[in-house]
Amino acid sequence: MAGSEARALHRIGFLGFSPRRLGATLGWSDLAVFAILAAVAVGTVSGVRDAVEPLSRLRVEPITLDAAALPRYALLTTLRLFAALAASFVFTLVAATAAAKSRRAELVIIPALDILQSVPVLGFMTFTVTAFMGLFPGSRVGVECAAIFAIFTSQAWNMAFSLYQSLRQVPGDLEEVARGFGLSPLRKLLRIEWPFAAPGLVWNAMMSMSGGWFFVVASEAISVGRTQVMLPGIGSWLAVAIDRRDLGAVALAVAAMAIVILLYDQLVFRPVIAWADRFRVEQTASGDPPRSWVFDLFRRARLLPPLTAPFRGIAALVALAEPAPRLMVQHRRFTTSAAARPLGLRLWTGLVLIAASAAAVYAVRFLGTTLTLADAWTAFGSGLLTLLRVVVLIAIASLIWVPIGVWIGLRPRWTARVQPIAQFLAAFPANVLFPIAVVAIVRWHADPDVWLSPLMVLGTQWYILFNVIAGASAIPNDLLEAHRMFGVRGLLWWRRLILPGIFPYYITGALTASGGSWNASIVAEAVSWGDTHLRARGLGSYIADATAAGDGARVLLGIMVMSVFVIAINRLLFRPLYRIAERRLRLS
Amino acid sequence: MNPVVTISGLGHSYGGAEGGAPILDDVALEVREGEVVGLLGRSGSGKSTLLRSIAGLVEPSRGELRFVPDAAGKPRSVAMVFQSFALMPWLTVLQNVELGLEAQHVPADERRRRAIAAIDLIGLDGFENAFPKELSGGMRQRVGLARALVVEPSLLLMDEPFSALDVLTAETLRSDLIELWGEGQLGIASILIVTHNIEEAVLMCDRILVLSSNPGRIAAEFRVDLPQPRDRLDPRFRDLVEQIYARMTQRAAAPALPVDHGLDRPLPEVSVNSLAGLIEEVEAPPFSGRAPLSTLADTLQLEINELFPIIETLQMLHFLDVDDGDAVLTERGAAFAQQGVDQRKANFRRTLEQHVRLASHIRKVLDERRSHQAPARRFRDELEDHMSPDFAATTLRAVIEWGRYAELFAFDDDEDQFSLEDPA
Repeated sequence: MAGSEARALHRIGFLGFSPRRLGATLGWSDLAVFAILAAVAVGTVSGVRDAVEPLSRLRVEPITLDAAALPRYALLTTLRLFAALAASFVFTLVAATAAAKSRRAELVIIPALDILQSVPVLGFMTFTVTAFMGLFPGSRVGVECAAIFAIFTSQAWNMAFSLYQSLRQVPGDLEEVARGFGLSPLRKLLRIEWPFAAPGLVWNAMMSMSGGWFFVVASEAISVGRTQVMLPGIGSWLAVAIDRRDLGAVALAVAAMAIVILLYDQLVFRPVIAWADRFRVEQTASGDPPRSWVFDLFRRARLLPPLTAPFRGIAALVALAEPAPRLMVQHRRFTTSAAARPLGLRLWTGLVLIAASAAAVYAVRFLGTTLTLADAWTAFGSGLLTLLRVVVLIAIASLIWVPIGVWIGLRPRWTARVQPIAQFLAAFPANVLFPIAVVAIVRWHADPDVWLSPLMVLGTQWYILFNVIAGASAIPNDLLEAHRMFGVRGLLWWRRLILPGIFPYYITGALTASGGSWNASIVAEAVSWGDTHLRARGLGSYIADATAAGDGARVLLGIMVMSVFVIAINRLLFRPLYRIAERRLRLS
Repeated sequence: MNPVVTISGLGHSYGGAEGGAPILDDVALEVREGEVVGLLGRSGSGKSTLLRSIAGLVEPSRGELRFVPDAAGKPRSVAMVFQSFALMPWLTVLQNVELGLEAQHVPADERRRRAIAAIDLIGLDGFENAFPKELSGGMRQRVGLARALVVEPSLLLMDEPFSALDVLTAETLRSDLIELWGEGQLGIASILIVTHNIEEAVLMCDRILVLSSNPGRIAAEFRVDLPQPRDRLDPRFRDLVEQIYARMTQRAAAPALPVDHGLDRPLPEVSVNSLAGLIEEVEAPPFSGRAPLSTLADTLQLEINELFPIIETLQMLHFLDVDDGDAVLTERGAAFAQQGVDQRKANFRRTLEQHVRLASHIRKVLDERRSHQAPARRFRDELEDHMSPDFAATTLRAVIEWGRYAELFAFDDDEDQFSLEDPA
């Protein structure tokens, strides 16, 4: 018996120290892993040391367009992105879990998230910078926090939604296992619910990271009213380069960004996706599991389990926080209790409604002291202009990308090649390219009201492309063959097969693209190149102007009007379309 | 032998409230030490609800449930094996098996030792570090079994544990389990197994309880005194299977009020093709109009949860009668088998109008309205007065399919609306 136990111990190890693992010598993969971890640690420490310096240092050391400084700027920008991602992650775990677990929390959190998702994030900057600088007077930390917060607001909401939805879709049988074995709520969360939600959360974190770049560029060079601060980073480099009309520097920044995106994709997201594959609930192993060389490297490294053992030890302390296990109740007598009225919940709902209406009244009062009804009409009119732009541009982008996406999606070899490029382009902050548009418009004396518009979809059109590619490649081959056999082609082929097939995917892409375009309008409708300032009339430039002037009331009004527009479009247009897609056009 | 658990007066209604559609009604049962008890019933008989009440996963509306301490005075415990295996795909085999012990705060070393012992017992050694995805269905259910056994329950609850497996795998797993049980290696006092497979119940159980449907009641009890291992071809085995078939179709054979169907009782979602297929099978040789249900099930490779809804629907439509475990075609059914497409439709339409009140009700409403249209919501609401929204939806889907086939009325899914005629 003792012999078999020793064999068993050898087979599976003890507390992560497996004799089989430690028996072999350390290999080159250990060296590589060690190098990667050390580089990450050094970079983080130096970046944090930078961030806590006093604000005055920034005036002494202004941003230089010296290529030697670019790696440091790139590092700082990346750290901001990851700091925001970490904050989003923590926020998501807390808020989404609370919403999924408590009816009361859900009543507040979910509508709030729904609205926050539609609010133009860039409009926030005015308020947050002032607040954070007041929190850390004289220190760079405050401004850093404001920048990170701006990025956070672009990342957190969809992550929280993803987790919330996953938590509510935990398969019933897994839920029953947890209850049957009497798992404590905490252990259930750690063992069942969060793992189940992991794949969706990872995917959304990746999308969030892409979205974050757009806001890095906009949030590092902060100017609110007369306050102007430039945090060292790629965004500020770009701002300076644009100010000095230095196209070479812009190109350098673009290159640096491409390298950074490639690096963290390979070093962080690919391995995480490869790892998260195990959390997918499906009965069969997927035919083509995601692979990552870094993940393989980490898995091969023998150094790692001993390194992480202390963390796992700490995690095991969770048990201390748990209540003692329950014994099974031996005798139960059941009666139908009169359905208890959830009085508390109703009271709570009432309270939330009262608070919400009070806040609304307060906001209107606040706006009423400085603004008139005419201002509201101006904002609304600008909103209509921007709406026109968004609709026309999404339509144009669709006309271009749907055929191309279908062509690519129906050819698997092309799909594999183009899909990653499209996703990279979606991550690429299009605002970097705005100056080129300014140069072109000025040279040909074009009308900015018309020709600034394409900038809004420059960064968001890719969502349409890669969703259409995904949709076209998901059309079952037998359907395609059946249509070919009957000689269906031309317009009929599009109407009967392709358009219904890609519709659900296209709607997802168009929804994302439209939401992103509204947000982009704030930077796309007011663009500068050196001292040339171009503006298109619309809600975006309305908010941008108010921000530049430090006019809080108009900023707030602009944000509110834009939120109303976005929410109205989502509710009145996209949600019904989604419903049709779900009911009629699912190919399964 | 000592009882492990005794249940009396157990009842449960949809939604848990009084007045909801009853699922279980006045169920009394006792599971004693050393026996394997089978709960046999078709879908909707509440057998899963009963099992989950014992597991503490469902809080029934009425009744009493008492675990009886063993001879040493130790309290009882239960563990469950799921039809879908319910393994965490992100945990290895070993971690999955340890889950229940973790919840009990068993120290890590002991946990590991016990988990490995259970894994070895159930024939999974070598798979400790595999993830469930890498295993075949049979191996996965072995993990489910090991996970339940490792917590050393007094009563092992099994919810259709083999129905998601292919025939051969299920057979192997069943005989392995019975062998371990016979050798007393499982360390449990008794097993309660839910199944809709009659042969499986006769193969494994010492006692079989047959549950009737809507609401679930214990309709009959069969003792199985055949020695293990049992032989399916043994005449006594066959005889018992026949008896159970006969018993399970008996209640349905009693003439139910023909017009009641559909409005206050859910309709099963059975396609017209299945109905026609079964009629043709019974009509053709070797049955020539009369087929023993157990033979029919074998020929058609149908389990009772698939076969019985078709049989019941045919009974309700007066195409077929059940007589002592045999399906017998009626005149109308025999005619249907001979008819061409249009005659069949006319025949089906007549029977719908006569015997399915929901169908004739919808038709009547459409006839009365000037527009000859009616929203489906109207009928859904009526149905939900008598049954759960799920059952109401199934019932409506069933009547829509039948009505469309019989050209009794038309239905537009987009508009969610009934009408008399399809727009041309």
